[in-house]
Amino acid sequence: MRVGVVTFPGSNCDCDTLEAFEFLDVPTKHLWYADTDLTDVDAVVLPGGFSYGDYLRSGALAAKAPMMTAIRDAIQGRDLPVLGICNGFQILTEAGLLPGALRANRHGQFRCAWQTLRVTNESPLFLGLSEGELLRLPIAHAEGSYYAPAGTLADLFMSREVWLQYVDDRGDLNTLTNPNGSLANIAGITRGNVAALMPHPERALEKAFGSEDGRRLLMAWLRGLQERSAHAS
Amino acid sequence: MPSFRVLVTVTLKPEILDPAGQATHQVLQHLGYAVDNVRIGRIVTLTVEADDANSARGVAERMAQDILANPIMESFECQVDLS
Repeated sequence: MRVGVVTFPGSNCDCDTLEAFEFLDVPTKHLWYADTDLTDVDAVVLPGGFSYGDYLRSGALAAKAPMMTAIRDAIQGRDLPVLGICNGFQILTEAGLLPGALRANRHGQFRCAWQTLRVTNESPLFLGLSEGELLRLPIAHAEGSYYAPAGTLADLFMSREVWLQYVDDRGDLNTLTNPNGSLANIAGITRGNVAALMPHPERALEKAFGSEDGRRLLMAWLRGLQERSAHAS
Repeated sequence: MPSFRVLVTVTLKPEILDPAGQATHQVLQHLGYAVDNVRIGRIVTLTVEADDANSARGVAERMAQDILANPIMESFECQVDLS
């Protein structure tokens, strides 16, 4: 099981993400945006940062990079699992690999804070994260306000693709704890083998850093990968 | 082949909140300007070689659909001039 982490020009959480998986004893491969070789990776993470300086729209230019074409082909060809974190989420929506779009935060500010999230729908992509479970993770973004047209939004709930929502500390949906104006407090979604979230699990691996819920989330993703590869073989 | 200048104007769809426009609106009002609404968009200037204005417009529209605008939250208009 080898996890690839892509560096785009302007990524700045790529090394943290690589280190997070090394901390979890997972073999990694550092992938470069201009390359297209994915033969020896079993899953890919698109890390946080400011790919292409957020020029045009966050994630728009990175979505057209050669590596993204290779990732799209691998999703279609061999159902490659992909996890997008923050800018990675923006890249996946701009690439059309996840539905919706991420707009400027409603209040116009960059928001860097701890945030409580609720697992809205259990997903086979994250084995061991149960419905209703709360996670405490850091967010750090200016364009994280999730938007999908009304019909698409209803479909996302019906198809159980809404994965994480911003909630208060008791786990209740609440407009006051919505940090960016996301529709329905949506913080993360899944579609097929692709999942993405705005918060940064790689920054919450140990209690000493404020929370180890990021480790729980990444471990659940790794268990999901192992389970699916065991079924496939 | 003639060269055309195409102005692609990208705007947020009306239902999409524009925090930058709202902040600018507030400051304009603070300065005493009578203004009801401010929306901020983006202008992309392209120079393209094409047989005629129509095909220049066609190329620009494909670029706009492919990457210059995000159809989920933005609309665009192309204006073509001989450069």
